[in-house]
Amino acid sequence: MKHLLKEFTKGIIIENPTFGLVLGLCPTLAVSTSVRNAIGMGLAATFVLVCSNIIISSVRKVIPDQIRIPCFIVIIATFVTIVEMLMKAYFPALNASLGIFVSLIVVNCIVLGRAEAFACKRPVLPSFFDGLGMGTGFTLALVIIASIREVLGAGKFLGFHLIKGFEPVGVMVLAPGALLTLGLLIGLVNCWHIRKKTNKEIKKAGCDGCR
Amino acid sequence: MDAGKFIAIIISTVFINNFILSKFLGLCPFIGVSKETKPAVSMGLAVTFVTTMSSLITWLVYRWLLFPFGITYLRTISFILVIASFVQLVEMVIRKLFPHLYRAFGIYLPLITVNCAVLGVAVLNSQDFFVNGQPVAGSFWLSLAQGFFAGIGYLLAMLLMSGIRERLELQDAPRCLSGVPLAFIVASLMSLAFMGFSGFKF
Repeated sequence: MKHLLKEFTKGIIIENPTFGLVLGLCPTLAVSTSVRNAIGMGLAATFVLVCSNIIISSVRKVIPDQIRIPCFIVIIATFVTIVEMLMKAYFPALNASLGIFVSLIVVNCIVLGRAEAFACKRPVLPSFFDGLGMGTGFTLALVIIASIREVLGAGKFLGFHLIKGFEPVGVMVLAPGALLTLGLLIGLVNCWHIRKKTNKEIKKAGCDGCR
Repeated sequence: MDAGKFIAIIISTVFINNFILSKFLGLCPFIGVSKETKPAVSMGLAVTFVTTMSSLITWLVYRWLLFPFGITYLRTISFILVIASFVQLVEMVIRKLFPHLYRAFGIYLPLITVNCAVLGVAVLNSQDFFVNGQPVAGSFWLSLAQGFFAGIGYLLAMLLMSGIRERLELQDAPRCLSGVPLAFIVASLMSLAFMGFSGFKF
């Protein structure tokens, strides 16, 4: 049970697909214009990740090694098509605002990356938790970026007006704002890693470290 | 089919709706391969070739296979399979006939399969140039033009970005920002500049 929990939590913080591994950038930047879109995209990607991880890990012994990538792609594309059709039927507004990025989950490096690096080598249960964790991490990263962009760029959060008399910085919801936000956030994460590393070095070296 | 529509597509896909800087398609190789000019240009050329050819093939698949049999919901699966096998085929042909070119492309050719720009242009073509499944006039040539010039726009952004990043390597940037974060901030400024083109109206 404990190691299953570890598979789940590693995707959220240490190996966060967006900030740690820097994967799946195109949808991250394109759909993070509002928190609502970000949650929709995150949940869709999580569904595809979990389902494809389960299926791939349960048929991993049947798939020949040479043609494993095409097999993975077909399995992933099947689930993406399911998501596409469900979204078109039940959430047409969300489907319209996500646009082509719903079908582009197929080429999201996170999904194929997890299939190749994790699901094709492990049993079903750990793969399920790995997919769930990675999906949660991706959703979380999307929501963080989207909240910054929506608050600064439109003065709203989840569609509600926040501050009266605040002049929104329109460029934040456009393309340059996305790249700037992600660049600064990755810089912040790096800064945290570097500080943690130097603290450890100082502690290890004790007073001799200063000489 | 009129020339004005073509010119509008050219200006729009290269500058206004540049695939990298305003549509966010194919960002991973854009950040990963743009450290030096030479590999960046090879990647851009490889992408241009594949987007053009895959626009052609996916148009044929959509027009003559998916639409007549009423299975357009299989678009995503069939497009990605066609693109993946096409890239594999090109890789084998180039390796056999042009080993020199094969060495120049290196690992970038197989990587293109998972480049969103390629699938993106195929899906966009099937959305833009088909009304209720019926192709609009000259949709074949329009798709081909959109595929080719999307690649050219990609090449342009790669070239500009790699030129800037080669110089950035020599600068004394803050430790936590050097590398990927700084690349994003530079891309943000470039995208701000490209937004200036959106004033063009047709």
